Amino acid sequence: MAGGISYTVDETTKLSTAEVYAKALSDLALQDPRIVVLTSDLAKSTKIGVFEERFPDRFYNVGIAEQNMFGIASGMAKCGLIPFTSCFAVFTACRGLDQVHTDICYQNLNVKMIASHAGTSFGQAGTTHHSTEDIAIMRSMANLTVIVPADGLETANAVKAAIELNGPVYIRINRGFDQIVNDGMDYGFQIGKAVQLMDGTDLTIIACGSGVFQAVQAARELAFSDGIKARVLNLHTIKPIDREAIMKAVQETRRIITVEDHTIIGGLGGAVAEIIAEGGKACAFRRLGLQDAFSPIGLHEDLMSYHKIDANGIIETTRALMKLDFEEDDNWEDEV
Amino acid sequence: MNCLELEKMAVTVRRDILTMICSAGSGHPGGSLSMVELLVATYCTQMHVDPKHPDAPERDRFVLSKGHAAPCYYAVLGELGFFDKAEFKNFRQLHSILQGHPDVKKVPGIDASTGSLGQGVSIAVGMALGAKAAGKNMKVYTILGDGELQEGQVCEACTAAAHYKLDNLTVMIDNNGLQIDGTNDEVMSLGNLHTRFETFGLNVIELPDGNDMQAVVYALALPTIPGKPKCILAHTTKGKGVSFMENQVSWHGRAPSAEELKVALKELGDGKIE
Repeated sequence: MAGGISYTVDETTKLSTAEVYAKALSDLALQDPRIVVLTSDLAKSTKIGVFEERFPDRFYNVGIAEQNMFGIASGMAKCGLIPFTSCFAVFTACRGLDQVHTDICYQNLNVKMIASHAGTSFGQAGTTHHSTEDIAIMRSMANLTVIVPADGLETANAVKAAIELNGPVYIRINRGFDQIVNDGMDYGFQIGKAVQLMDGTDLTIIACGSGVFQAVQAARELAFSDGIKARVLNLHTIKPIDREAIMKAVQETRRIITVEDHTIIGGLGGAVAEIIAEGGKACAFRRLGLQDAFSPIGLHEDLMSYHKIDANGIIETTRALMKLDFEEDDNWEDEV
Repeated sequence: MNCLELEKMAVTVRRDILTMICSAGSGHPGGSLSMVELLVATYCTQMHVDPKHPDAPERDRFVLSKGHAAPCYYAVLGELGFFDKAEFKNFRQLHSILQGHPDVKKVPGIDASTGSLGQGVSIAVGMALGAKAAGKNMKVYTILGDGELQEGQVCEACTAAAHYKLDNLTVMIDNNGLQIDGTNDEVMSLGNLHTRFETFGLNVIELPDGNDMQAVVYALALPTIPGKPKCILAHTTKGKGVSFMENQVSWHGRAPSAEELKVALKELGDGKIE
């Protein structure tokens, strides 16, 4: 029932990622009367206030009560509505987890959770407001689809796709502006399908969210200065994961680096590692992200650099990985 | 159903509860027995539901916030014909539809999966709000235990129920005074519940005996105050109907033996009204 939205880079260049989400959801709500929005005193912070201006009677600010919000969303979904919760990632995946688990995921309800200020993007607010475990937590929930868009336009695509999917969806977005990765919305976004942004044969950088732009920058620099041909995959859907694209990368490039603004435990890197381990094909592998640590505070870009998930960090790891004496045997048959 | 028939049904439900828990070898008799009148009266005198069409979109809804009292819920739904009563004997068994806590995906007639305490009112608020948003003339009922009032989320949910003026919502409290580790007062005192829920903005109706069927039926039938959710604060007896279980904290979550079941069923009688 969700109809079309189509934005250009020019139309959205002055909008933060959350503002694009709010615009997309409002435009789609015009076409689908089932959509309602809930927030927990975060209408301004998550930018969803514009929805309230356009649809005041379809907007519910439940106050500072996330657990209650997810329970209410569950009940509303049971009435045939499509509730979107607009809340910080840390308060979705941690504060409201029991409710997300039991009231939404277990009952497989059509609730869409938009989790903003994810990773270290709320950098200066402090570590209590970072969300660096949510991918690991959320992807362990059965029935739940987990999407980490790379920029505003991908967020618009994710919101549209989430409406078309009957079931719970978690969409993890950043505070503020993301660097632009996609030059339009029409690049074949599909839940569960990685987007190959650059092709290469020496290694594959698999990234999500704010790591994707950095991966592309690193790949360009590596090609220019080192002659290293890196493939870049935007793995926007963490679950269901694109096993095919990952195994193709293993077979064809034999080296994998994952990049995420999240702990290396259980998130994108963990998910990719599981696929590789069960794939039966050896490859060199590194996970970039928070190394089992809480983040210090600072500006988002400084924290990306600190955690070595910016272009420089990726380049450094790539060079180290390329130097490894890794078996370059092309006979896969003996390794199954 | 008239009051005598309701009371007869309550006896049948109590027999079902005990038989079910005994055959499973585990379950929660105390809190299942204390809320029998609340649930029987709700389903048989208030709710518009059809066992033949358990998913009808316009039906009224019920949320068992105190999910561990599932045997009572199953007994009522089974007696009303939502599923075959032969299922009772499979309670808590592998692959049974009757889990230890209610499962919306498995049991016809159940509207929400519950078990993690303190969450039912939020779901009920969402249903009541959703009904209004979707323009449905639907009523929503929920039963909470008193122990779970210690969960903070109940406060969040009742605050929201009053804020959104959900006069299509009835919150019932099965105030039997006991929880796993002792009395409410021993574990964590609840204070004046009447005042508490009135302060949230709910229309509180207090029942000195929540196991008095006539009183429960009367309270449920009282007209709604426009813009106010109804709250029935029912003082009940944990283990009601079985002398050796009544007001005994040990019967919160323990199954009767075959011998104890026999004594209990004898005490309850066969439900025939003289």
